[in-house]
Amino acid sequence: MGMTMTQKILAAHAGLSQVKAGQLIEAELDLVLGNDITSPVAIKEMEKFDKDTIFHKDKIALVMDHFIPNKDIKSAENCKCCRDFASKHEISNYFDVGQMGIEHALLPEKGLVVAGDAVIGADSHTCTYGALGAFSTGVGSTDMAAGMVTGKAWFKVPTAIKFELVGKPSKWVSGKDVILHIIGMIGVDGALYKSMEFSGEGIRNLSMDDRFTICNMAIEAGGKNGIFPVDDLCIEYIKDHSKRDFKIFEADADAEYEAVYTIDLSKLEPTVSFPHLPENTRTIGSFDEIKVDQSVIGSCTNGRLDDMRIAAAVMKGQKVAKNVRCIVIPATQEIYLQSMREGLLEIFIEAGAVVSTPTCGPCLGGYMGILAAGERCISTTNRNFVGRMGHVDSEVYLASPAVAAASAITGYISAPEELGL
Amino acid sequence: MNACGSVFKYGDNVDTDVIIPARYLNITDGNELAKHCMEDIDKDFVSNVKNGDIIVANKNFGCGSSREHAPLVIKCAGISCVIAETFARIFYRNAINIGLPIIECPEAARAIQAGDEVMVDFDSGMITNKTTGESFEGQAFPPFMQEIISAGGLFPYINKKK
Repeated sequence: MGMTMTQKILAAHAGLSQVKAGQLIEAELDLVLGNDITSPVAIKEMEKFDKDTIFHKDKIALVMDHFIPNKDIKSAENCKCCRDFASKHEISNYFDVGQMGIEHALLPEKGLVVAGDAVIGADSHTCTYGALGAFSTGVGSTDMAAGMVTGKAWFKVPTAIKFELVGKPSKWVSGKDVILHIIGMIGVDGALYKSMEFSGEGIRNLSMDDRFTICNMAIEAGGKNGIFPVDDLCIEYIKDHSKRDFKIFEADADAEYEAVYTIDLSKLEPTVSFPHLPENTRTIGSFDEIKVDQSVIGSCTNGRLDDMRIAAAVMKGQKVAKNVRCIVIPATQEIYLQSMREGLLEIFIEAGAVVSTPTCGPCLGGYMGILAAGERCISTTNRNFVGRMGHVDSEVYLASPAVAAASAITGYISAPEELGL
Repeated sequence: MNACGSVFKYGDNVDTDVIIPARYLNITDGNELAKHCMEDIDKDFVSNVKNGDIIVANKNFGCGSSREHAPLVIKCAGISCVIAETFARIFYRNAINIGLPIIECPEAARAIQAGDEVMVDFDSGMITNKTTGESFEGQAFPPFMQEIISAGGLFPYINKKK
């Protein structure tokens, strides 16, 4: 029987020629990732291990991104714990203030993940790297600790759902609308324990940044991983960012899927997830005026260069509405710098938005944009759970950078068309 | 191994942000964190929970973030077992790795009500509602996961295997 793309990568990393769904395997890892929230827990857990060693100093990445520059004393102590650990074990891929970025934007940019890799990260959005044709999935701190020590992780080989993408998205529709549409269709547990494999001729109409956004939110449908086939655009991206060898895996023609969905990208519209679940999706035009107090443009989902360019194209020459706070967060130092070179930051600031250093900040209600009771935010982030961005009585609406930028200008949830764009 | 206690009942998609809000994630001590367990959906949970009590929920329990703090605070709050229709996959792994017993059983998850006295036999997967007399067959862990749990978590298991 044929294997899916994910199953082939897992088989190769387990030293097996064939695996089947449900099989428990132990896979060799190419990279183990942690951040400033999950790594301290993993480092503490490692003390239970008999030996004080790591499996490979170049195959561990520690990215300080959630609460840094440190928001308080406890966060500072957590980062110090990671810094000391990285220094003691000479971990080469430790990223602190000045070099850091939001982990899932940073790692592909630094060339640390390439096609064919198997990656675990103690962060649920580790599934982002499926855009590069890698198997990557989120785990907890204990799995991260075990990965750092042994270079291995156990997996149950997943089944898969296939999404056949056809057509070309319209001007203001991007990867975010594609994945929100899918989550709305299958639900927040629609891909529970499964791979989400994307295919079809429509893929060539999606940029790498679109694909990162789509794979990033596979977890929001309960998925184990999301993955794209490796095409010329992907190969070009990998060669531009990494010197590492990569390996292309393709799904067998007779691979089994639990379900196959065809999605016509040309029919998708700007999509918004209403509180308090990503599956509560509606398209713009299908609801009445919803006023917003804040607009957040950033995160591991939508803080990349494409996102900055789209938001700037919408906000150019405009002013943020009275009583709306607009917070723009380029995801990495490189994206920040390039946005500056292209004049995007100037557009944001002149419009009345603020531009922040890279951080996860408001996405998880950490800092840099916390909501008060009764406040409402349109956000390019990935979760709109109760209390996610602040007070338990606040609301988060998820959308694309185009919609978040347009809403910042009008003061209510809008598509760029309302600005005559 | 058995668990026996009074039930706290929740619905679908209980996410890790309500199990332990991110505003407390600068704390790493489990007992300190446990003071905030479930506070955004059930502010009385922490004051009412007794050692050995059981959480019963519907589908996709523990969805969202990978924070291991979520199963940890539930365990530190004194909960002896979580029964749900289904669990989100990262929460499922984390619970096994830190030694919080969990069991999937859609029938039990739907039938059991808040305040019921429930007993769980982890070896057989049998769930008994002592209040109503009903019993349910939950899914016992596969042998591989039972080994991790009986070793006391992933690290003791790896140490033992060497």
